[in-house]
Amino acid sequence: MFKAASAGALKAVTANRLDDGRVVFLDEDGGWTHRIGAALLVADGAELDAATAYAQSQHAARIVVDPYAIDITIVESRPTPARIRERIRAEGPTVRYGAAEYAALYPADVAAAE
Amino acid sequence: MYRYDEFDQEFVNERVAQFRGQVERRIAGELTEDQFRPLRLMNGVYLQLHAYMLRIAVPYGTLNPAQLRMLAFVARKYDRGYGHFTTRQNLQFHWPALKDVPDILDHLSSVEMHSIQTSGNCIRNVTADHFAGAARDEVADPRPYAEILRQWSSLHPEFVFLPRKFKIAVTGAERDRAAVKVHDIGLHLKKDADGRLGFAVYVGGGLGRTPFIAHKIRDFLPEADLLSYSEAILRVYNQFGRRDNKFKARIKILVHETGAEEIARQVEAEWERIRHSALALPQAEIDRIATYFALPASLAPRPAKSVVLERARVTDAELGAWVDQNTTPHRVSGHVIATISLKPIGGTPGDVTAEQMELIADLAERFSHNEIRVSHEQNLILPHVALDDLPALHAALRDYRLATANAGLVTDIIACPGLDYCSLANARSIPVAQRISERFGDAARQREIGELKIKISGCINACGHHHVGHIGILGVEKKGEEFYQITLGGSGDEQASIGEILGPGFSSDGIVDAVETVVDTYMKVRSGPDETFLAAYRRLGKAPFKDALYGAA
Repeated sequence: MFKAASAGALKAVTANRLDDGRVVFLDEDGGWTHRIGAALLVADGAELDAATAYAQSQHAARIVVDPYAIDITIVESRPTPARIRERIRAEGPTVRYGAAEYAALYPADVAAAE
Repeated sequence: MYRYDEFDQEFVNERVAQFRGQVERRIAGELTEDQFRPLRLMNGVYLQLHAYMLRIAVPYGTLNPAQLRMLAFVARKYDRGYGHFTTRQNLQFHWPALKDVPDILDHLSSVEMHSIQTSGNCIRNVTADHFAGAARDEVADPRPYAEILRQWSSLHPEFVFLPRKFKIAVTGAERDRAAVKVHDIGLHLKKDADGRLGFAVYVGGGLGRTPFIAHKIRDFLPEADLLSYSEAILRVYNQFGRRDNKFKARIKILVHETGAEEIARQVEAEWERIRHSALALPQAEIDRIATYFALPASLAPRPAKSVVLERARVTDAELGAWVDQNTTPHRVSGHVIATISLKPIGGTPGDVTAEQMELIADLAERFSHNEIRVSHEQNLILPHVALDDLPALHAALRDYRLATANAGLVTDIIACPGLDYCSLANARSIPVAQRISERFGDAARQREIGELKIKISGCINACGHHHVGHIGILGVEKKGEEFYQITLGGSGDEQASIGEILGPGFSSDGIVDAVETVVDTYMKVRSGPDETFLAAYRRLGKAPFKDALYGAA
């Protein structure tokens, strides 16, 4: 398993869902959630080992693809990935796209269409 | 444009059916990710940061309206209503579900499109001058040769598992718009003293973590020998290219380590062995393929001046600015090549919505004899537009916010998807491009600055071609923060050069100011408005720019 996390920090386990590729996090019930806020947070060591072993079994079971552990920090009481890459994975692109980008660039067009 | 024959269509259909089975087996649990990964990559499916990504080949950047409408349909039905044109003339969808990909490929197959060899260690989509067949400065249309190469390289049994990916570009004009000198093989179509067509052959160019300008290993290769010579190059690479280190596996490293002269000797020796084989191209076959790329029969010469256009320009300054900046002389009198900028001020370079795709398909039918091109600079081109039609074309584009008059200017920025989408990236590219675009968004200021190519990559793999940007920007991650390194003086044209690193990188907050300092310095030191940024840099070197950015030593 790819391990992007450093020793000692609070961890979550993330992966991409097999059928649609979406980013997911292991939750407390052994399921997978899109919300980082609902992710299972574990300490480094035995807890993490158990979580990653379970995640690996989910990979083997073709539920998710390539799970790995990430470092988590608590920011304003919310779990937040430490690395920017993982923050973007958790929260989505930092830029608008498609119709949302068009609407942001040209609000008058959208207002006129409505 | 080229039309599939029975064999092409059957081949693509069979490939889609094969991949459908592979996807079903993966989802059913019969294939592991390790088993499935090479199969999906062979069909252009990546697993990126947020989702799967599907890369669709646009051979030599040529599209017809039916194909663009199909891409719009796929964007709307299976993705999120938009697509992203890449620096290799392809299109990427960033959000398809794996289970839908076979259906998407079925739809694409119905308009003669596919995703084969858009990934993996094989010969990738052959790229060409986006003005091919229309440019006034062209010796001959490079696309028939690109198509011949496509047919030869598609599932070529010897070259399916190369040491690394392999990219070929072809240009047919003196002005190199296809960046052939930064490709694994670059082909420059030319005529010899007797007027025969052939190619100058360049080998070993490339960007990525170790950028190199290609070496010319043959000044003139007769057109009939295109495939045998290409095969000889590939054989030398396939035999001697390194497989022990992914980062040293491209042919550029082989050429660098072996020496261009020795590589040329090996290629010539192999070529001598095979040149008279079945690979020799019969003239009749070249001519047959070339007929697919003939100018439209309805494209008749018109007066070199258009009264309709000149009248409209008098009252419409935006039209005038757009015509001046976004059109290029056509080989047929009374026509131009029109560039549709996919770089709105503050927008994402290369992105286009489904609605915009459909509009452009309509406009290609109305005004461009059913042809559309994709440029490696992430714009779309209508290659055959009558001067008389420019006012109507511009008005339609303006309605859909596609009339940004910035082709070749400082806001016509190339940017890879970067860390907003790409699993390889270390830093974001798009937001930097957007902020630079906003900073220089004033139309008059851009025109005053003149030609200036900014290219941004979010990692060392250089999909944003930063090494050949007049101003190149490379995003890196340092202690968890994004930093951006500036290179100056790069160019991907016929006088190709690799940009030089200027000094320490800038923070995300500082990079736009740094770019503005570079541009302002250029404005101060240039000899006059006719001296472009690149020309000024080549005359003065990096000292004035370095001093302005980091202070005089």
